Formats: sequence, C-alpha cells, structure tokens
Amino acid sequence: MAHAAGVIFRQPSVIPGFGLALGFTLIYLSAIVLIPLLALVVKSAGLGWSDFWRLATDARTLAALRLSFGAALVAAMINAVFGLLLAWVLVRYRFPGRRLIDAFIDLPFALPTAVAGIALTALYAPNGWVGQFLAPLGLKVAYTPLGVIVALTFVSLPFIVRTVEPVLAEIDRELEEASATLGATRLQTVSKVVLPSLLPALMTGFALALARAVGEYGSVIFIAGNIPYVSEIAPLLIVIRLEEFNYGAATAVAAVMLAISFSMLLLINLIQAWSRRRFGHGA
Amino acid sequence: MDISIENIRKEFERFPALHDVSLDIRSGELIALLGPSGSGKTTLLRLIAGLEFLTSGRILFGNEDASHKSVQERNVGFVFQHYALFKHMTVADNVGFGLRVRPRSQRPSRAEIRRRAEELLELVQLPGLGKRFPAQLSGGQRQRVALARALAIEPRVLLLDEPFGALDAKVRRELRRWLRELHERTGHTTVFVTHDQEEAMELADRVVVMSNGKIEQVGSADDIYDAPASPFVFSFIGASNALRVHVEAGRVYLDDRPLELPRTNLPDGPARLYLRPHDLEVSRDEAGSIPGVISAVRRTSGARLIELEIGGRRDRLEIELPAEQSHRLNGRLAVRPRKWQLYRDDECRLAS
Repeated sequence: MAHAAGVIFRQPSVIPGFGLALGFTLIYLSAIVLIPLLALVVKSAGLGWSDFWRLATDARTLAALRLSFGAALVAAMINAVFGLLLAWVLVRYRFPGRRLIDAFIDLPFALPTAVAGIALTALYAPNGWVGQFLAPLGLKVAYTPLGVIVALTFVSLPFIVRTVEPVLAEIDRELEEASATLGATRLQTVSKVVLPSLLPALMTGFALALARAVGEYGSVIFIAGNIPYVSEIAPLLIVIRLEEFNYGAATAVAAVMLAISFSMLLLINLIQAWSRRRFGHGA
Repeated sequence: MDISIENIRKEFERFPALHDVSLDIRSGELIALLGPSGSGKTTLLRLIAGLEFLTSGRILFGNEDASHKSVQERNVGFVFQHYALFKHMTVADNVGFGLRVRPRSQRPSRAEIRRRAEELLELVQLPGLGKRFPAQLSGGQRQRVALARALAIEPRVLLLDEPFGALDAKVRRELRRWLRELHERTGHTTVFVTHDQEEAMELADRVVVMSNGKIEQVGSADDIYDAPASPFVFSFIGASNALRVHVEAGRVYLDDRPLELPRTNLPDGPARLYLRPHDLEVSRDEAGSIPGVISAVRRTSGARLIELEIGGRRDRLEIELPAEQSHRLNGRLAVRPRKWQLYRDDECRLAS
C-alpha cells in the first residue's frame, strides 16, 4: 500500500545498520556510477548551449543515434519474441541436450564481443556460410544496418531468456489447469493467463537487453562496415571524435545517449511500478 | 448430473495411485472424499475433472462416457486449494473468464457477462468487490471468488480440492457452514476432497473414506462412525483404542482371561478389539472386563481422560469419563465396553 501521508524517511526497524548500509550504498553508487556520469555532464556543459546543440543535432550524430537506438529496439523486440520461446522450451519440456542448450544461452555473455563480431561478419559476408545464400536473394547483411541488428540480437539474447526463465518456472500449473477447466483452449490459456503473468519479467528482460544493445560496441563495429550516415553506431562515433581529439563533440554525443537511455529505463521502471501496484506484490 | 466411476485405475509411471475404484455419485449430492495424504483422493478428483487421464476403467457423466473427453469438454467447476485466481485480472474478470473464453457463437454479450459476474459475487456474499484485484482480498474471500468463477460456467459437477485447507480454523468453520447453505440453495452435484474428518462428516451427505488408492467405505457420517467397515476406518475417524486379543471358539480372550462379550463368528486366532474412549465404562468387577493400571489422568474441556496400562503389556487404553465424575489418580481400574468392533489381526496389519 502506498504511503498516504508524505515520505517517511526511516521506519523504525529491529534490523540494525540502516545508517551504515544506506551510507555505504550511496558512496558506492557515487564512486562507481554517479561521479563518472557527472563528469560527463560537466564536460559537455562546458561546451555552451549553442555549441552543444549544434554538435548534438549534427546530421551524422543524428544518423548514428537513430541507428543505435533503432537497431537496439528492433534487436530487443526480436529477442522478446524468440527469447521467450527459448525460455518456454527450456522450462516446459524435458529432452536430451536440454542442459547443453541452456549453457549455450550464456555464451554471448562470456564471449569477448569482438570475437562474436568477427564470427558474425565471416558468416554473413557475401561469401560467408550464410551470406552466400542470402546474396542471390538481394539480401545484404554484413556492412549494413541489418548487420547491426544481427549483432545486437546476438549479444542481448541472454538477458531476456535469463529473466523470463525463473518466472516461467514459478508459474503455478494450477493457473493453467483452472483456465482449462473453465473451458479455455490452450491458445487462450497461454495468451490470457500465462503471458500476462510473464509480462513484468519480459519487460525487465527487454529493458536489460535494450540497455545492453544500446551500449554495445565490440561486436557491431566488425559487422557494420561503419559507413557514416548509414551503418555507423553512436558509440563508434564517440570513439572517432576522441581519436580526432574532439572531446567536446564526443561528450555531446555521449550526453545525448545518456539522456535517452535514462529516460527509456525510467519509463520502463515506471510502467513496472504501475503494474506492480495494480496486480499486487510480485505480480 | 449422476456420475458413475467404474473400475478405474490410475498409474503414475507404473506406480499405482488408484486400484480398481468404483463409485456412484447421485445428482445433487454433496460428497466428501476423505483420507490421509497419499490415499488417492485428489487423484480421483482430478480424474473426474479430466486433469489426469485414466489408465483403465470408465467415468460416466449421466449416460455419456466422459473418460476420453478433454477438461474443456467436460464442463466441470474446479476449485483449487490455493485458489488459483488470475491475479492480473479483477475479481469480476476472474469470475467472467469462463464466459469470455467461449466460442463467439455461445459467448454472452459483455454487458451480460458483467451482470452474471455481479450476480455470482452476490451469491458468494462479495457484492461490490468486482473491481478489486485478488491480492486485495483475504484468503476466505479469494476462495469464494474461486467458487463464483467455477459456478459461472454452469458446471455439470462442482469439484473442490481441499477448498478450506489454506485457511485458518475460524474462517474454515464459517465457510463450511456457508458452503452447505449454498449447496442446499443451488443443488449442484458437488465432490470435495479433504483430510479433515470433521469437515467431511459435518458437510457431506455421504463420505467416501479412502486409503492406499482404494475406497474403504462409503456411507453417511453415522455409517462410518458407528459401523466402520474396516479397522482403518475405525481408527481414522474419531478417537480409538486397539487391544490385542485372541478369539477361540467364538469367545474373546484378553491374556487368557475371557471377556464378557457376546459370541463372535470370527475364526479362531489373534484379533483386535477396537474401542472408542467414550464407549467404555468403569466396572466394579474385574471378571469379564478389562483390568489395568492408571498411568495418567487429564482433564479436557468437557471430559476427563484416563489412560490405562493393560496387563503389563505395551497396550494402552484411553477412557473418556464425564468431567463431573472425580477420580482417583492411581491404582487399578477395570472397564467394560458399551460398543466395540472386533477385526481379524491380519486385516489390521493391512490397514496400518
């Protein structure tokens, strides 16, 4: 239940150490997250508003940002569908090799992303294993925005699977049985009972996958071809500006990325808080 | 709807959970499946619902063979112990779920579904709570919502799996009385599973006592309490004592001393005498009665319990006497049974 009368800073509690724990949490968060981000904001603020605006709305910057966020969004959406399917298969069915497949899911976590990028490029290049079949269909993957999506899909897959899996395993079979006794077909049970229960976990996974994909660098730069205005991602643009010793431009791009990322994650968190309030604890 | 269960058998991975069970449930009857855990009572209920498939046998709904019908086709109302409410839906949406998922041709209009849900919530005494979510209700209220949801589909039979098992004692008693009234008003054929004998006896028209995947006895509360068909039923229902005795030529002997009981037609050999604590009375004369040494005297709310050690053996006998009767706390005491059941020793071993 929400507190009706203002914010209560500290509830009396029998568990000791509130001051110490909160203090440590704040110092740790500051040192690891807030101070570096603050430095970024300060640095870009040093530019002055008109310079900042000019750098941030530069056509090449806008193209890079659009590609970074657009491709990340598409990749996260693809994984929301297929990652869910994977989690479903791994949780609901027992078959030989299940544990092996389960272990494969984590590979994108463990593999240096540059290795993944090189491997994907080799596969999807016009003369690669997969690319040679796609080329006659007029489909170019490597060195195009499509390639960026492929790489981001690869690196963000585990986030969806790993957040959905435990929640799916926890869903009470009785809910599905209750739905069946009430006359619902299997399809109705899945769409009206199972998926809504999975939605909060799916959204968390989606947010994590999106955040990971937006910040991805290593795997993308190999497969993207990095053509300015076409297949150049924002993190790469930052590196290019840094190499030109154009720190102002680099921080401007970074600050815009930070702002967009933060608003997206905040929005997703707000939606989740709303759904939690509505459906009760842990729903 | 009459339901006939004919010689059904259910195995889980070769392990038999039910052996050759037959039962006739009459239309409009409220019937309890009673037994300890692992007795197969829940399996039987789930088989009637179609949530499990039979290994062999038949289940008839009226004259129609339902054995191979899916859960959806059977049109049964099922209430789970832990409610199984859809927590992302409001109470009214939960109740109306069964109507909303019907094929378009049979689906009532939205307004009609809303009206029906309100009606049912009134029936289960939760009027006006339709807009709440299940998380905002107490356990007893949730279970009533689950019942309303099951009734919404106009089920041919209502099946309840330990419906009050997760609730505290006071709410249980209230809901029990309320369910009995509801049943009398709506007249649904109802089967419920419980391990609580008090609940079964108080609520049901007939009680089915189960043990080890078999039906031990089917009967009214009077039948199973006063005329238990097996030592298992005797000891499972109510308080009981068992004494090891010996039968010879129709007479019952306790440690070579004959007991003053009518002749039995049990064959010669070891047997067991089953006695209820309140069916024993103090006897002045040791001859022909059961003598023992008092080992403990306890006072409960309405009675005095006396524990007797019989003949220096490990058998103990508990006697319930009226509380007004004050009693000495030690020494010898002889008791005489007013009512008893005698079973062959091998029957008892099977039961325990």
